[in-house]
Amino acid sequence: MGAFADQLLVLAILINFAALGTSRLVLAVRVIGFQGVVLGVLPALIHPFSWHIAAIVALTVCAKGIIIPWLITNAIHKAEVKRELEPFVGYIPTLVLGALCTALAFVFAKHLPMAPEHQGMLFVPASIATLMSGFLVLTTRRKTISQVLGYLLMENGIFIFGLLLAEAMPAMVEAGAILDLLVGIFVMAIVINQINRADPTSDSASPTILRED
Amino acid sequence: MQFFLLLALPLLGAAAARLIPDNRLRPIVLPLFAVIQLGLVGWLLADTPPPIFSGWLELDALGKLVLGSFSILFAACSWYAVKYLRTRHERSNRMLCTSLLLCLSAMSLVSVSHNLGLLWVALEATTLAMAPLIYFNSNARSLEATWKYLLLCSVGIAVALLGIFFLAYSTIVAHQDATLLLGSLIEDAPRLNPAWRHAAFIFLLVGFGSKMGLAPLHSWKPDAYGEAPGLVGALLAGGLVNCAFLALMRIYQIAAATQEAPIFQNALIGMGLLSMAFAAVFMARQSDFKRMLAYSSVEHVGILTLALGLGKGALYGGLFHMVNNCLTKGVLFLSAGNIHRAYGSKSTDLVRGAIRLVPWSGALFLVAFLAITGSPPFAPFVSELTIVSSAFANHNYWAGTLFLVFLAIIFIGMAFTVLPVVLGDPPEKLGDEAEPYQDTPTSVAPLLGLMALMLLLGVWMPKPLSDLLSAGAALLGERR
Repeated sequence: MGAFADQLLVLAILINFAALGTSRLVLAVRVIGFQGVVLGVLPALIHPFSWHIAAIVALTVCAKGIIIPWLITNAIHKAEVKRELEPFVGYIPTLVLGALCTALAFVFAKHLPMAPEHQGMLFVPASIATLMSGFLVLTTRRKTISQVLGYLLMENGIFIFGLLLAEAMPAMVEAGAILDLLVGIFVMAIVINQINRADPTSDSASPTILRED
Repeated sequence: MQFFLLLALPLLGAAAARLIPDNRLRPIVLPLFAVIQLGLVGWLLADTPPPIFSGWLELDALGKLVLGSFSILFAACSWYAVKYLRTRHERSNRMLCTSLLLCLSAMSLVSVSHNLGLLWVALEATTLAMAPLIYFNSNARSLEATWKYLLLCSVGIAVALLGIFFLAYSTIVAHQDATLLLGSLIEDAPRLNPAWRHAAFIFLLVGFGSKMGLAPLHSWKPDAYGEAPGLVGALLAGGLVNCAFLALMRIYQIAAATQEAPIFQNALIGMGLLSMAFAAVFMARQSDFKRMLAYSSVEHVGILTLALGLGKGALYGGLFHMVNNCLTKGVLFLSAGNIHRAYGSKSTDLVRGAIRLVPWSGALFLVAFLAITGSPPFAPFVSELTIVSSAFANHNYWAGTLFLVFLAIIFIGMAFTVLPVVLGDPPEKLGDEAEPYQDTPTSVAPLLGLMALMLLLGVWMPKPLSDLLSAGAALLGERR
């Protein structure tokens, strides 16, 4: 099953590039949601069956694949924005940077020793590459919705690493972490809606009134 | 049992605040539950229950200090809130009251968590519960502040989660049972895999550092502190900061037991001094007195981190300073909130002569400024003196000297803003949003109480507190 898990991780890395390269917000939400589902299925492949693992799979697929994309899509429709038109850094440069980060992630991962049962698998590079892609989206995009998407990518990256610990991690911590993520996205969606209501012309670009004088 | 009460009572209060339909009646819930909580905390401090859930929940000296200090602050803020919310009756306070109590429960959980995973969940919960509070004024500026706060803190704390995962994985690589229990991690720390441990410490420092608002990860702070109502600012600067600092101290406990201790300590000293430097630069000529308080908070988290990095005798001073900063920040933010309301502005162009317009609030703002900048006879003076004398006694001459230089610059910078605000003649025309605010016992007494406590601790150290501080310093490895 390890080989199949690795292929799914490669898929997750490819999805990073899709998220980095698209200007269509709804598409970005869908691919990141799809990435969440892919990652949600992974624990079932690398760990022997247990109710604990089954619960993680169900919870993750629900939260990352269904509820969160639904919350954000809703916010996008309410905000009536379709595309990220004026990112701080263009799409081609971010893609190049993303490729660079992915390469660096592989170099970095080489230096970290793995437990024997995880030897030669792609978890660490995939995790760091996804984290960095999320960070890139977060820092190079102007719209609040894109920034939330960047945060989600980062969370997915951390989740990939968490998979290595899925058996060792107490269920309460996992449930708490996912609940925090859900509530976080929920609050962010509310703030996005408020930003639009406060200034409908703002096109939900992240506001910039408060500046250091 | 006591632990359950500690966590569940504020939740009950939150539910009550949610259900009470009357906007004028609802704020009463806050002081009611704050006093119950304070009583419970007193009981817990006097008669500490044994750890439960196989060591997940435990109240040690560090937790006690954090829990005790923010409970006092919360009680003062909730008393103040009743009057404040009465004057803001046009706006629904349901969200505010509910979130405040949710936040209290989450902060209590932070102080008793001895499992790093649970600690993380609780800390993230405090971040989320605070977001609606910053947005209480519901205008474009508070919206932007909320957004910045939410995004930067969430990202920071996500990085910390990865750090916790790394730490857990280092136990697996070292062929030990994977655990996130603090006690076992401290015990096994020297045997954990060094490469992972190293990476974990870096991620955790960055993650919890941004939650604490250490420079250069502090950019959310001036906006959030500047736009939030005074009582929320007080809880951010006194409560949340201490919770994040507690998380950092937990990591320090683990790091101190490993070979990386000197590197970690140097990183803490560096970040602490950098925060003080940032504060010194940005504090000068700050024309918004609430934003100025945010930089004061950056300065003091810097001092706390520096004390942690210096170790040895500075740990005692650092822990004492954590308590002092929490309570003094309460006075500063609450009195600044009063002045803001009386003038309808927080710009120093307009706000002058507060001591004539609102004598109590103006005087308290001035006295709290003197206290926070380390003037005798207040308690922060004692704690800062302990830190700096320990730095020199342990031959950290550079750190000690820079510490004193920054303190002096910050004193001058802060005085340039505070003195004109308090002294002089009030302007003839007040700001557009000015309210007919007058100092009343409910809006001043909580501040007076906190200030009196700071004066008392400055001249007399009660034995139980001193024992608690020593026990906390010992947990952090004072002798190493």
